[in-house]
Amino acid sequence: MNGSRTATLTTSWRVPSLRIGDFPIIPTAILVGIALLAIFAEVIAPYNPEVGVLGDRFRPPFWQAGGSDAHLLGTDHLGRDVLSRLIFGARVSMVVGFTAVIVAGILGTVLGILSGYMGSWVDQVIMRVTDAWLAIPALTYAIFLAAVVGPSEMNIVLILALVYWTRYARVIRGEVLSLKERDFVRLAIVAGCSKRTIMRKHILPNVLNSAIVLGTLMLGVVIVTEAALSFLGVGVPPPKPAWGSMLADGKKGMMAGYWWLTVLPGCCIMLMVLSANLLGDWLRVKLDPQLRQL
Amino acid sequence: MKRFIIRRLGYSLVSLFLLSLTIFFFVRVTGDPAVLLVEPGASQADLDAMRHQFGLDRSLLVQYWDFITHLVRGDFGQSFYYRTPVFDLYLSRLPNSLLLAVAAMAFSLLIGIPTGIIAAVKVNRWWDSAGKVFALLGLSLPSFWIGLVMILFFSVYLGWLPSSGSGTPLHIIMPAFALGWYFAAAHMRLTRSSMLDVLGSEYVKLARLKGLPEALVITKHAFKNALIPVLTLAGINLVIMVNVAVVVETVFAWPGVGRLLYEGIQFRDFPVVQATVILGGAMIVVVNLLVDVLYAVIDPRIRYER
Repeated sequence: MNGSRTATLTTSWRVPSLRIGDFPIIPTAILVGIALLAIFAEVIAPYNPEVGVLGDRFRPPFWQAGGSDAHLLGTDHLGRDVLSRLIFGARVSMVVGFTAVIVAGILGTVLGILSGYMGSWVDQVIMRVTDAWLAIPALTYAIFLAAVVGPSEMNIVLILALVYWTRYARVIRGEVLSLKERDFVRLAIVAGCSKRTIMRKHILPNVLNSAIVLGTLMLGVVIVTEAALSFLGVGVPPPKPAWGSMLADGKKGMMAGYWWLTVLPGCCIMLMVLSANLLGDWLRVKLDPQLRQL
Repeated sequence: MKRFIIRRLGYSLVSLFLLSLTIFFFVRVTGDPAVLLVEPGASQADLDAMRHQFGLDRSLLVQYWDFITHLVRGDFGQSFYYRTPVFDLYLSRLPNSLLLAVAAMAFSLLIGIPTGIIAAVKVNRWWDSAGKVFALLGLSLPSFWIGLVMILFFSVYLGWLPSSGSGTPLHIIMPAFALGWYFAAAHMRLTRSSMLDVLGSEYVKLARLKGLPEALVITKHAFKNALIPVLTLAGINLVIMVNVAVVVETVFAWPGVGRLLYEGIQFRDFPVVQATVILGGAMIVVVNLLVDVLYAVIDPRIRYER
C-alpha cells in the first residue's frame, strides 16, 4: 500500500513451495508464456480482437451448450472473440507494466542515488518530496491524473511511473548511504574520480540488483493499478483490448450469467500478478539479502 | 517533544503543499482548465465567460493563491451534476464510506489476527502454508475482480445476496469481503511476524520457564504485546480503505466517496474529482501525522531520531 510504514508489512515469508529445486519454474514459465503471447499476438490470435460479428454475440466457451470450436472461449457483447482479446490484452498488460516499472525505476534510482550520494540539501529536497509523495494515495492520484490528461497507453505509463517512483528512491537511497562508506568508493575518491563518475561507475552497478528486485515486485502492483484504471474507464481506451476494460465490459453481461466475460480476464490478471510476486519474492531472497526485510 | 511535533507538522504541511501544487499544476499544464470547468457542450462565449469568472486570465501565482485560500475555507466549488457544493456532497457520502471501511476492517482483523497467530505458533506446519496461500492470493487478486466473481456466484447463481446498492446488512457483506481480503492478508502477515518476534523474547521464555501452560503464555503474555503494531497499522489502514475503495464501491454501486469519484469521472464533473482527491490525500496526511505524534508520546526514542 502506501507509505514507508506499510513497507514493513511484507516481512520475509519463505518463498512458497511452487518450485522445483530452488527456482520458481512455474511462475517464470507463466510470465514467459504471457510475454510470448504478447509478442506473437498477431500469429496466435484466431481473430481480430477489435472487430466482432454482431450476430455472434455472447457465445459461451466451447465446452458449454451453444459454444463452438470457432470461438474457443466464447464472444463478448459485440461478438468479438474473447480468446483473441485476451491474447492482445496480454500485450497491453506487458507493455504498460514493463514500461511503467522501468520508467519509474530509472526515475527513482537516479533520484535515490543523487539523494544518497550528494547528501546535504539535495538529499533534503529529494527526501521531503518523496515523503510527501508517499502520503498521497496512489490509486486515487492515478485516477485523478488519468481523468485530467485523458486516456492513452502512453499517458497511463507516465502516470504509473509518476505515482510509483518513490518506492525505488527510498530503498536505493538507503543502499547508497551504506555503499558510500565502503572502501572501493573511498579509493575512487582518492584516485580523483569525479562525483559523476563515482555515481555512474561505482554506485549504480551496486544498486542495480535492488532496483531489479523492486521492479519485479512492483510489476504486480502496476498491473493491478492499470487494470483498475481501465476498469473505471480512464485507462487504455477502447476498442483496444485491456484486461481491465474487458472486466468492465463483462460486468454488463454478468447479470445474464455470461460468466466467462468476467472470470477469464480476471484469471489472466491473477496469473500474471501472482507469478510476478512469486518471482519477485524469490529474487529478493536470492539477489539481495538486505532487502529480505523489505 | 514540542520540537518533534513542530517538525512533523512541518513535514505534513509540505505534503499538503505538494499535493495541492501538483493538482493545480497538472490541471493547468495538461490542458485548458476552462474546458474541464464548463459543462460539456458549452459554447466559446461560455468558455470565455468561465475563464474570466474563475480568473484563468490572471497570472499563475495569483491563481494558485486563490486556489489555496478557497481550499482552506472548504470551498471546493459546485458540482455540475448535483448542483450542490462539492464539500457537502463529500460529507454526505463519507458516512457510507466509513461504514464500509469499518465493516471491511472488522472482517480483516477477525480473519487476519487469529490466522496470523496460528501461523506463528505452528510455524512451517500445514496451517502456516495455508495462511501463506491465503495471504499471497489476497495481495495478488485485484479487489474489484473478487467483487465481480462474488456477485456472479452469490447473486446471479445462488441469489443469496443483493448484487449492488446499500441499506441492509446483507448489502455490506460482499463489498466488505472484497475490500477486506487484501487487508486481512496484510494484517495476518504483520500478526505472524510480530508474534514470532514476541515469542522469541526473554519474558516469554521466562513465562515458559515458570511452567505456565503454553496456551496461557500465548494468549496472555505474547498476544497482548504482539497486537500493538497490528492495531496501529489497522488505524492507518482504515483511512487508506476509504480512499482505495473506489473500484469496489463502483462494482457494488456503494454510495461512498469512491463512488462519488467514479461518478465525477463519468459525468466529467471536474470539481467533484478534484475535491475527492484533495480531501482523500489530506485525510491520509493528517492520520499519518497523528500516528507519528502518538508514537512519539508512547515511545520517547522516536522523538530523538534525526
